[in-house]
Amino acid sequence: MSGTKLIMNFEVTPTSHGLADYRARGGYATLEKVLQSMRPEEVTKEVTTAGILGHGGAAFPAGRKWGVIRLNDGLPHYLCCNADEGEPGTFKDRWILEHAPHLLIESMAITAYALQVRHAFVYIRGEFDLPWRRIAEAVEEAYAAGWLGESIAGSAFSLDIVVYRGAGSYVCGEASGLLTSLEGRKGYPRNRPPRLTVRGLYQRPTVINNVETLANVTGIVRDGAAAFRKVGTAKSPGTQLISISGHVQRPGVYEVEYGYSFAKFIREDCGGVLGGLGLKCVVPGGISTKVLTAADIEPLTLDHASVAAAGSGLGSGGMVVVAEGTCMVRFLQVLVRFYHHESCGQCTPCREGMGWMHRIVDRIVAGEGQLEDIDRLLAISKANDGTTICGMGDAAGYATVGIIAKFRDEFEHWIKSGRSLHEGRLEAANHEWLREAVPHG
Amino acid sequence: MKHLIPEFTAMRRRLPEGFEPTLVLPCLRRIQEDRGHVADEDIDGLAAWLGVPRIQIEEVLSYYTQFRRSPVGRWHLQACRNLSCSMRGAEGVIAHLGRRLGIEPGQTTPDGRYTLSTVECLGSCGTAPVVMVNETYHEDMSPERLDALLESLSR
Repeated sequence: MSGTKLIMNFEVTPTSHGLADYRARGGYATLEKVLQSMRPEEVTKEVTTAGILGHGGAAFPAGRKWGVIRLNDGLPHYLCCNADEGEPGTFKDRWILEHAPHLLIESMAITAYALQVRHAFVYIRGEFDLPWRRIAEAVEEAYAAGWLGESIAGSAFSLDIVVYRGAGSYVCGEASGLLTSLEGRKGYPRNRPPRLTVRGLYQRPTVINNVETLANVTGIVRDGAAAFRKVGTAKSPGTQLISISGHVQRPGVYEVEYGYSFAKFIREDCGGVLGGLGLKCVVPGGISTKVLTAADIEPLTLDHASVAAAGSGLGSGGMVVVAEGTCMVRFLQVLVRFYHHESCGQCTPCREGMGWMHRIVDRIVAGEGQLEDIDRLLAISKANDGTTICGMGDAAGYATVGIIAKFRDEFEHWIKSGRSLHEGRLEAANHEWLREAVPHG
Repeated sequence: MKHLIPEFTAMRRRLPEGFEPTLVLPCLRRIQEDRGHVADEDIDGLAAWLGVPRIQIEEVLSYYTQFRRSPVGRWHLQACRNLSCSMRGAEGVIAHLGRRLGIEPGQTTPDGRYTLSTVECLGSCGTAPVVMVNETYHEDMSPERLDALLESLSR
């Protein structure tokens, strides 16, 4: 078993997402206690002491982000929950939105109180229909019960939460792109400084936290920072929701205590590789993190420091398991096609670079590649690194460099022979029925 | 879009003062739900009502993949082709749908009933492959389940 559960610690039933069940689990009691007996600074201090790291991918300490907000600056402050979950391989926030929407709302209300926010937003990706209905219904339930709106629970604190739907843009999951979208424009990210906590939504101080980060706030404030720090590791306190997919026996969302064995998680908790095949490699935290081979992961634990020491990252917890016999050239082709599709076009290195990378990999797959193309991909990746406003250009480069570093022979083989070393296979071997129609081979 | 203005006004009630431009995306979504796509007259009407430049609305429409300037079929089938879905057979799903409907991705059947598109990650990787039909996710697709889905849509 993968340790203590802080989020997925109740039985999912047809009614468990509703207000009545949430109240029966002790829901909104923490908010009530906070409003009656804590000062905003005390809430922030608790979250800072807890040391919770952001769960959106960057692992930035949430308390330090909150600490930038000056409560007496006379400006309106805004809070945005980033529910634009779009990093391929990541579907954990969806679990919270669908199954624990009131935990998110209570946590947002506590956070809003700590930051003296009057208006908060949940920015949810446009494709999420059921998660949107669940969170939107929960918000209405909370208003009707007096947990949102004017003078919450008889206090002087008032809060409105607006659920806002995106419309199909990966880049809007980047915090500043999200705010630009929330201002009714195309989701172009913005240069920093100024930080968004200084000049964010409509130029006002704004805190943006991931769904899972916020969902932890209620538990931290209820049980105290010390209790939270007892879970996980010293550098990565708490738990991480890991969404695992690809060639794995039991895909899904798992809550894992930081520090749990990486290999054991895949082998035992998730049932190992699909159909008992050998493990080729793993994407540890969303496709923008570097792939790790079966040998790489053996000594690792599931926490930020351990995975970072292996040259990758736990990122958004979007794990993709890859079986032996999978073609990594076609694997990269899917990734660069995605980045090319999603580049917002604002920065030249990303706008042009993604197109070049996509066309180069397509050319290799078409049997028209040149050996120099491999170094061209690496050179473009290097040229993108740090030269764009947001991290998407860098991320595409990390993924590309990671794959070529471990599987260069597959690229050389395809270029020299005009064919894949693995029949262009992306599906696991037991998906033969679907391969009849696949155009590569 | 004029008949939707009372709904747009209701959307404003929980927003702070001066947040009118924030309504661009939600209003466009509502217009598209109503008409099936966003027409020129909608852009004019919305720009005037929100007090934002017409170009801002045009930019938003061209930037976000979910907005459409022209109609799609009665059933819009969007098959994910990103990594986790491809690893679970998405390419076969797309080919199967194309064969059954007699169209390529990006096309609509001549009777206007079906449009087939490919999309990038829908956040449904654990239940891949996924096909989104209008607003609804259909997960864990197999040839049998695809055929059953098409059968249910044909009724």
